[in-house]
Amino acid sequence: MFTALLIEQLLNGLQLGVMLFLMAAGLTLIFGVMGLINLAHGSLYMIGAFACATVAAATGSFWLGLIASLAAAAGVGALIEVAVIRRLYDRDHLDQVLATFALILILSEGARWVFGSFPLYLDIPPQLQGAVPLPGGGQYQLYRLAIIAVGIAVAAGLYLLISKTRLGMRIRAGESDREMIAALGVDISTLYTVVFALGAALAGFAGALVGALQSVQVGMGEPVLILAFVVIVIGGIGSIKGALVGAMIVGVVDTMGRFLLPSLLALTMPAAQATTIGAALASMLIYVVMALILAFRPSGLFAAQS
Amino acid sequence: MPEPILEIRDLRKSFNALKATDGVSLDLYPGQIHALIGPNGAGKSTLIHQIAGSLAADSGTIRFLGQDIGGLDMAARARLGLARSFQISSLAQEFSALRNVMLAVQSRQGSSFRFFRQVASDRSLIDPAMAMLERVGLAARAHVPAAELSHGERRQLEIAIALALSPKAFLFDEPMAGMGPESSKQLTSFLDGLRHETPMLLVEHDMDAVFALADRISVLVYGRIIATGTVDEIRSDPEVRRAYLGEAA
Amino acid sequence: MTRETTINLLLALLLLAMPLAAAGLGEPFYVTLATRVVVLALAATGLNLALGLGGLISFGHAAFFGLGGYVAGILATHAFNAEPLVAGIPGTTSMPIIWLTAVVIAGLVALPIGIISLRTTGIYFIMITLAFAQMIYYFAISWPAYGGEDGLSIYVRNAFPGINTTQPLPYFLACFTVLMATLLLFRLVEGSRFGSALQAARQNGTRLAAVGIAPFNIWLVAFVLSAMITGFAGALYADLNRFVGPSMFSWHMSGELIVLIILGGKGRLFGPVAGAMIFVCLEYVLGGITERWQFFLGLILLGIVLFARGGLLGLLSGKPRHA
Repeated sequence: MFTALLIEQLLNGLQLGVMLFLMAAGLTLIFGVMGLINLAHGSLYMIGAFACATVAAATGSFWLGLIASLAAAAGVGALIEVAVIRRLYDRDHLDQVLATFALILILSEGARWVFGSFPLYLDIPPQLQGAVPLPGGGQYQLYRLAIIAVGIAVAAGLYLLISKTRLGMRIRAGESDREMIAALGVDISTLYTVVFALGAALAGFAGALVGALQSVQVGMGEPVLILAFVVIVIGGIGSIKGALVGAMIVGVVDTMGRFLLPSLLALTMPAAQATTIGAALASMLIYVVMALILAFRPSGLFAAQS
Repeated sequence: MPEPILEIRDLRKSFNALKATDGVSLDLYPGQIHALIGPNGAGKSTLIHQIAGSLAADSGTIRFLGQDIGGLDMAARARLGLARSFQISSLAQEFSALRNVMLAVQSRQGSSFRFFRQVASDRSLIDPAMAMLERVGLAARAHVPAAELSHGERRQLEIAIALALSPKAFLFDEPMAGMGPESSKQLTSFLDGLRHETPMLLVEHDMDAVFALADRISVLVYGRIIATGTVDEIRSDPEVRRAYLGEAA
Repeated sequence: MTRETTINLLLALLLLAMPLAAAGLGEPFYVTLATRVVVLALAATGLNLALGLGGLISFGHAAFFGLGGYVAGILATHAFNAEPLVAGIPGTTSMPIIWLTAVVIAGLVALPIGIISLRTTGIYFIMITLAFAQMIYYFAISWPAYGGEDGLSIYVRNAFPGINTTQPLPYFLACFTVLMATLLLFRLVEGSRFGSALQAARQNGTRLAAVGIAPFNIWLVAFVLSAMITGFAGALYADLNRFVGPSMFSWHMSGELIVLIILGGKGRLFGPVAGAMIFVCLEYVLGGITERWQFFLGLILLGIVLFARGGLLGLLSGKPRHA
């Protein structure tokens, strides 16, 4: 029984990791190419979830909702890139933090205005309902397995996009030498808008996928955003590979910590106490891990050489 | 021969495949100006960075006043008396020239952890700092923010800051870079007078200045010192002529 | 007297006169509002030391604000319930003891956070300070002993010898005095040797190291001092609201502290005061018109960042700061 539970928790950790990767990939890409720290990335996640829930409710199709989430997040992403973000590339980090903090206020309150304060709900599509048996005698939700599969597919797709396509070549060039690619005649401002919209679409996609597991509400992007920051800091800002490794570390450590710490503590103290202390410690665990990693590698595990 | 002030032995530093510093050994003696010359990309600045502590060497030793300073950071080396100027001026841009120098005086006097006495009225900081500005001829510009100084004035300010540390040795990384001929000449005679006070390791492209000033010259090519000697020895060294002067001529 | 000094004096007088007038007119609500300005200004003054003078963009100062608040809440709760804290040490309702404890605890927690965070620079520093604050936030939420998500109430405002703190005006005056004393201290530190080194560290850390002053040590001391001031403000905030909750630790709080500084003018003595005045006015005026006032706060903030980078004091005093 314990084995089954362990496998289930491990899968939960992977699923969280995959979600975080979708968020972190966009963040780290935007930082790597444009040097921008984007706090409003969590709002794009929220927009994806709202778009999916709204369209799914109107049409009855989760899949149409998923397409809508990509379109809405990419669209809003492109819009704010053109209207606001591109004025921030040459500014210092403080201005970027403040302006994107302002965007969070605007987008969150805007979403409340449009959708109200009550959460929306999104059903798991019928094709993915149900569970699959696990070795050791447990069951695992099919939908969560699908998320893991989709996440792996996106990671592979991103790898191919960046290493094999013309757009990827430009993105890599943009990371190393802005002026050079501009001199070579690449339209840099379009490239930036595309990269930003791509990151936004990934975030919106993640929001839509998670929307079927939780309720869809204003503010849902913020905890994920902060975890995604932890991910890219651990992985090394600017590195997609770092984002993948960091996301898996954070996903698994967080989930396993919550699962194992209370039981471990129960060996040394009364069960009720172990549960509360274990939960409190588990909620801090990934930050401790991050602090440890940064104490030894101040620029993360896969820091881009600069 | 007296003991060297600065003693570098078999210093090595690589950036991936590039050997920027490839087994450099070098001695700086009291009362001398030791020039370090070499073509662009020879690794002169990389060497200065390692001596000053802004870049860690891969291996080798650096001894200053008999003490191994390889494990010390830049600030600790500066406190021991190793003052440097930067190839590209590096100043506190918003501070006036005077306050830039006062910072060095404050460091030399010891603690920066004093929280109440106001520096703006502290004669023990202002007077020595002003004296240094006068020495380099920048007193009239004392209250101008560093950001508004001309290129040449910033170079003078760098020297004033280094002087204010009352160092035991100077590391000057192209102090004449970008200066006009007149200012270069002035700086040359200024450094000439300074050598008996403080020895210096001087990286410089201005060959007139180097030949006028240097007691000894080391020639760095591709991270290696190919020759060290007096001006005349270097002038007549066939390998130097081939590797360096030959290209320049 | 420079124009900025005149403006500073006017701001201080305005901040003092408004609640005096309100109290005279029997409008205690406005006294409380002014106290909120004072306490937020104090919290942001703490951050201004690290951020404005030292250039350290801490996105985690809510941690210290919250710690100060919880020190007040926890000590008061133990005193109220007459339960010893640990090892027989009783709680207390004495403000001087609470303040001192808040300042010391904030400083002690800031020390390890600073040591680890200052190994990093730039965006990593922003992220890691944010992460440390989140760590404490989640701890506060999941630790049930002191209310967890629900927070802690302080049933009767703590006491200061010789002052009736339960009345709005005396409490305002106490907070105002603390703020003015802190601003004086800030000005002294800014002009001191330490302040010189700190500002040089912001402008050019390499230059500072090259004259023999290690920026790390300077920044660390500034970070700890800064946390102590913000922790002090947290304790005052707890007593103002007679409540502490995990939201004091939230990253929105950290963001707001930065916003206060930027609204008023970064690195300027009265920047946080001006910023807090604008912020509380907006909150009150816009909040009275629409529930969605943060939407407009966002727009205003965006406008300031994009078009008016010196903040209010930058606009009023009309020239960039130069030392």
